[in-house]
Amino acid sequence: MGISHRISRREFFGASAAAATALTFPLPAFAQAAARVVVIGGGFGGASCARALKQIDPKLQVTLVEPNKTFTACPFSNNVIAGLRSIEQQQFGYDKIAAGGATVVAQAATGVDGAARTVTLADGTSLGYDRLVLSPGVDLRYDALQGYDEAAASKMPHAWKAGEQTLLLRKQLEAMEDGGLVVISAPANPFRCPPGPYERACLIAHYLKTKKPRSKLIILDAKDTFSKQRLFQNAWKEFYPGMVEWVSLSQGGKVNAVDPATNTLITDFGNHTAQVANVIPPQRAGRIATSAGATDNTGWCAIDPVTFESKSAPNIHVIGDACLAGAMPKSAFSANAQAKVCAAAIATLLSGGTPASPKLINTCYSLAAPGYGISVAGVYQPKNGVLADVEGAGGVSPADVPREFRAREADYAQSWFTTITAEVFG
Amino acid sequence: MKALCVATAVTMAMAWSTPLLAASEPPPGVASCSGCHSSNAAAGSPVTRLYGRDANEIVTAMTGFRDGSIPATVMNRIAKGFSDDEVRAIAAWLAAQK
Repeated sequence: MGISHRISRREFFGASAAAATALTFPLPAFAQAAARVVVIGGGFGGASCARALKQIDPKLQVTLVEPNKTFTACPFSNNVIAGLRSIEQQQFGYDKIAAGGATVVAQAATGVDGAARTVTLADGTSLGYDRLVLSPGVDLRYDALQGYDEAAASKMPHAWKAGEQTLLLRKQLEAMEDGGLVVISAPANPFRCPPGPYERACLIAHYLKTKKPRSKLIILDAKDTFSKQRLFQNAWKEFYPGMVEWVSLSQGGKVNAVDPATNTLITDFGNHTAQVANVIPPQRAGRIATSAGATDNTGWCAIDPVTFESKSAPNIHVIGDACLAGAMPKSAFSANAQAKVCAAAIATLLSGGTPASPKLINTCYSLAAPGYGISVAGVYQPKNGVLADVEGAGGVSPADVPREFRAREADYAQSWFTTITAEVFG
Repeated sequence: MKALCVATAVTMAMAWSTPLLAASEPPPGVASCSGCHSSNAAAGSPVTRLYGRDANEIVTAMTGFRDGSIPATVMNRIAKGFSDDEVRAIAAWLAAQK
């Protein structure tokens, strides 16, 4: 296609200087062959981005690299832990993404060579790219809490990546005797799904109230404030009085170490021995981002807020939980919104254009009890090099509203999950 | 004449280097809508589908959400993040989708 255009333009302009000007104008990959975009990670960010790239420009060669054949979604997985939902309802495949024209490679990416623009795969082969998108999600930091390593996670589950860990925590709760103590350890910011530990506390408390009413739940927190705090605290009082206790950082809530042999969580102020211990450790960007040179000393990826291109690794874009997206929280909704903006920016860049400044939205629902939904929303735009809140917009659900309002938000939470998973995987 | 030729050639090169994108380029913000408002008519969500909807209806709804005259759970909080011009551009783009 490029060649024929070139000839017709030569004919039109003859050998004039104008033709030479036109030909030297930047016409990247497009003029030779379809540009290649590799996307690493098939979660809400990566799968959305691969799909959006093909929708925006069907000529792009898009490859999605994801070792798992089935994706298990984190949103709503707290309902699985509480016995309100099956894990199968969380699971999705990549057939429709392949049908949309992206090549799905079921392998792990093991390295990135930014200079050669190649991604190495687990089988030793490599993929070349013009633009690379990293959407690796989070890695759990097994170096952050003394005693909490991968082996400890099989005793004290994090359940912060949905799948086996989700089911393990559920089994432990089912096996616990009435009167037992459940402890959730919540990390400092930033981490995946800021309201997640508190929604989890609600839904586990709902299970305990229903099945094991003499039991207790303590949240040991490395923070003094958290997402939707007032709404969650009101719900704890209303639905689970005397059952849920939140211990803030300043009250000694920060867990420094754990002992998996005795199921004990250790803080500066004392030890808590739990029947069920859910340790949500500190996190960082998935490790492929470090291989690509895209992480900074925080372990996360600084990005340009217009294109999501890494601030340290050219031609590499980072979206979703792995990136530092300013005021945007690490959520599935954010990852999906970022993926679509990033895909449009990449298509524009590959065709020699300049991406326009975007606006993005996030909406996160949580369930404080079945049929009782609360939300936080925000609108974001680039400002001073980061994605900043648009002032006057966003915020949490109102504190004093009729129960019907909460019921509607619970319905919207469910329909959000149905819609977004259909948009990404269906 | 030569200057005109150069200008024309550059313009053509630019137009050629951004094929199709310019005409249908989604305005800022609109990509986020399909997080909740399905782009697929078959999805069967209770949340209003926006693709192909009348642009004036979308503008009226967003304006009403923003000033509080139309009650909402979350759209009031989101609508406050968009100007009249942005809302009009978003509405026009959504209306043009199938």
